[in-house]
Amino acid sequence: MHGYRGKALELLYRFNAYAGEHVIIELDSKRYEGIIMPRYESADDTHIVLKLKNGYNIGISIDRIKSIKSIEGKNQIKIAEVEREDRGLSKIAMISTGGTIASKIDYRTGGVRAMLTAKELYDAIPELGELADIYPEVLFSEYSENLTFRHWSMLAEKIYEKSKEGYKGIVVTHGTDTMHYTAAALSFAVSINKPIVLVGAQRSSDRPSSDAATNLIAATTFASKSDLNGVFVAMHDSISDDTIAIHLGTRVRKNHTSRRDAFKSIGIKPIAYVRNGEIIYNLRVETRREEYILPKFEDKVALLKYHPNMDARLIEYLSELGYKGLVLEGTGLGHVSKYLFNSIEDAIKKGMIICMTSQCIYGRVRMTVYETGRDLLRIGVLPLDDMLPEVALAKLSWALANKEDVKSVMLKNIAMEMSDRSLVD
Amino acid sequence: MLSYKDLNVKIGLEIHQQLATEKKLFCSCKSIEIEKHEHEFFRRLRPTQSELGEYDPAALFEFKKGRIIRYIASNNNSCLVEADEEPPHDLNSEALDIALTIAMLVNSDIVDEVHAMRKIVIDGSNTTGFQRTMLIALGGTIDGVTIQSISLEEDAAKIIDENEKIKSYSLDRLGVPLIEISLEPVTNNAEEVALLALKIGRLLRATKRVARGLGTIRQDVNISIANGNVVEIKGVQRLDQLKDVIEYEVKRQHGLMIIADMLKERIDHLDTVVKDVTSIFIDSKSKIIINAIKSNGNIKAINIKGFAGMLGFEPYQGIRLGKELGEMVRSYGLGGIFHSDELPAYGISEEELNKVREILGTEKEDAIILIAGKNVEDAINAIIKRLEEALKGVPAETRAAKGNVTVYSRPRPGAARMYPETDIAPVVIRKELLEQIRSNLPKGWDEYIDELSSKYNINRIQAEKIFDSEYLNLFERIASTCKNIQPSFIVSLLTESMTSIEREGYDISILTDDKLISIFNIVNEQRIAKESIVDIIKIMINNRCSVDEAIKNLGLESISDAALKTIIEKIIRDNLEIVKEKGDQSFNILMGKAMDKLRGKVDGKKISILIKEKISQYK
Ligand SMILES: [Zn+2]
Repeated sequence: MHGYRGKALELLYRFNAYAGEHVIIELDSKRYEGIIMPRYESADDTHIVLKLKNGYNIGISIDRIKSIKSIEGKNQIKIAEVEREDRGLSKIAMISTGGTIASKIDYRTGGVRAMLTAKELYDAIPELGELADIYPEVLFSEYSENLTFRHWSMLAEKIYEKSKEGYKGIVVTHGTDTMHYTAAALSFAVSINKPIVLVGAQRSSDRPSSDAATNLIAATTFASKSDLNGVFVAMHDSISDDTIAIHLGTRVRKNHTSRRDAFKSIGIKPIAYVRNGEIIYNLRVETRREEYILPKFEDKVALLKYHPNMDARLIEYLSELGYKGLVLEGTGLGHVSKYLFNSIEDAIKKGMIICMTSQCIYGRVRMTVYETGRDLLRIGVLPLDDMLPEVALAKLSWALANKEDVKSVMLKNIAMEMSDRSLVD
Repeated sequence: MLSYKDLNVKIGLEIHQQLATEKKLFCSCKSIEIEKHEHEFFRRLRPTQSELGEYDPAALFEFKKGRIIRYIASNNNSCLVEADEEPPHDLNSEALDIALTIAMLVNSDIVDEVHAMRKIVIDGSNTTGFQRTMLIALGGTIDGVTIQSISLEEDAAKIIDENEKIKSYSLDRLGVPLIEISLEPVTNNAEEVALLALKIGRLLRATKRVARGLGTIRQDVNISIANGNVVEIKGVQRLDQLKDVIEYEVKRQHGLMIIADMLKERIDHLDTVVKDVTSIFIDSKSKIIINAIKSNGNIKAINIKGFAGMLGFEPYQGIRLGKELGEMVRSYGLGGIFHSDELPAYGISEEELNKVREILGTEKEDAIILIAGKNVEDAINAIIKRLEEALKGVPAETRAAKGNVTVYSRPRPGAARMYPETDIAPVVIRKELLEQIRSNLPKGWDEYIDELSSKYNINRIQAEKIFDSEYLNLFERIASTCKNIQPSFIVSLLTESMTSIEREGYDISILTDDKLISIFNIVNEQRIAKESIVDIIKIMINNRCSVDEAIKNLGLESISDAALKTIIEKIIRDNLEIVKEKGDQSFNILMGKAMDKLRGKVDGKKISILIKEKISQYK
């Protein structure tokens, strides 16, 4: 119950007490009045957490507790009312997949849950109510590290479905850890004639300094005002709260564990910025494509980062497991050790599609420069130019599940995931 | 004189003391202040619902002001943790040790498991929007006064600049460990409370593990009087200020009660009318009003039934309802208000006033408030709410100590401002840790003073003086290295002389420890006489220069022993007759002549020895 287990849970049962209850806890020589609070799952089972009247939580050792007495009628927790009131603004679908953005802590359970209603959203971020009529929908509630290819498919289908319902744009709230993978996957799986904006938060939305509100406002601004099609990621441009960068979904990467400007466009500038409610276009690009939905993803695809001394049997094993595609994150211009050549060649012969990207992150692979690269090309490794490794994974998985001519699809630009020009700046 | 007893004055003291730890509370940055900051960034903070589903009124208030917060930071004393760009690291165990030590010294009951909480503060003083704080212990006593709680928390960022649009903070101080000791309210008078604060300060400093110097200890006071609400006063830095601030606040609260009683005789509820009167003032002579209109603002007028004369009425000097309202609207970004008890004035004419009265339907016993600016609705609502409170007396609010008075800063926060800090795991306080601390408890203040006085051969009063000053550590450093200077002299210079230099208007805060040490070193080397230290200090402050430059400036270039001997020799020879005639009795005359020439350049003692030597040679 609410993180309590073992001895602490027994004690709560013994006194018929529960988390959220207003109680008096009596010790040998003193008594504490307060509300029993949920306990962290990972904490020990020998303390009860009590919120005192002054607001502080303290842990009380269960060995000292003589009794827990309930105080009647003192425990109310407000519950938001559900109501819907449109004001004739742009309609925006907000699909929630989890993560800290657009979520609130349920302190009764200690868990985080998505904001379920437009009212909850407007309550937390009043500016949203003036921007758009938002229709929130919870698709799933997962930390982004728990998302799988199946989630990508579900999300793509949901977006396509929503695109037929008269929304001006679609906002997807997402945990940040794998948001760039999802952005890339959606860029291939679904094409609609409205903006799809993924947005996350690096600081949880339960703190005043959270970047959730500014990011969400910018994402909603872009989704409701921009005519660009495609998949975008809206996140802080710097550690200041004033400018939000709009990144192309196939050119963006999470580059920092914690900073609010963790997401950066790689090898390209952000496509736009949102500042003071205005969209400032940075790159004029044609993102319009025919509408389609191709939501399948092949599971048997892997991304392998080459490192010195890598064991060639890893690739052999993937081949044995029936993997159909492998993206290598090679060194420099697109290299791996010659000791891997044999197993790579065998795997390709058995039908695996092996692509090369660079672990340098910035720049493109050029496999014609050194002998190693030339040998790999000869064996049949596909050079993916300046495609980011994570994007290549998503694209390969998608291509294998939806396309016949996978090799040529991989080498051809579809959603601005690769370019043939790298600029000085 | 007000009777605190009759008024049922209750004063709750909260002491905030910085701890002298190597690192900050939740990261590895040093707690040092610096002058140059190479980074800058901008933020906005917004209120969040507490775990009980409530919004904190103080937090909402700050958010509505809509100000941008600017932070400046340096790699020398802050990192991504202070910038709220990285989760907090583990709790600093040295800080926890010190907090537990202090809790034990005052017999406070230490909790079994410490939980870090987020105390919502969205004025920008914390980049996160909250202050991390942990309750360490409950109960105990200091000097017979019961302790409510002892907490360990992080210090806030220091404000450097503020206007309606933007507030600037530096991150230097953010995250420095603080111990907060909250006392049960007492019924003592202001002087007794100041003494209590002094005693707590002494107890803390005697542990030798807390920071010293101005700004390292701050007092907050909660004050209430009979039938009034509790007012929280923040940021009292000096003890003499504490006494004055308490006396001012009690007077203010009593004044508000007097006003409330008078109002209750006139009216039984508040009755106001608000109208837009911009059109009346299109050609106004008031600069404030014209500026407001030019920047697309409005002029609003409020009619308040039965308030005539009450906004300007002063039950005590400087205590007026009008002033309270003016202070309050300032936090809404407005310059202030105009009210009918002070009008016509400030460029507002009787004629304009009459037109306003007409629009509002003002009667003789009513008062009028004029307010000029953009989006003044929130300010007007706040004024009306404040006027309702005026009928009751003292509203609950947070005020700031400014000099010897208090000024409005925001509504009082509730318990809704506390959330669990989910980034930090609770810390179980192990019995072994407590035993280890118990066996190493530091000396008490009394014992400390005894030790000081015997170690340096100074009397108890001097020991207390230097202990209470900001210079204890510096004194010990100087006394142990400058063996040629008597410790009692060092004490009197660092206490009495420094105080009087400051009183003369010199800014002693620019004298770093290193600068003071350099002065004593030169005296210790007998390059200059100790009598000239005060002059040197004044020159160093005025010219912002080094000790060597000050010596040059004063013409105190040191005189070599050989040169000194020549000078004394000459004085003796010039006065040989007197020496021969009076013998040892001639000393005073000769000494006087020598001092005229050498004052400040050579230690008097050295001169007297030389003169005595010479007299015995020549007599
Ligand atoms: Zn730091």
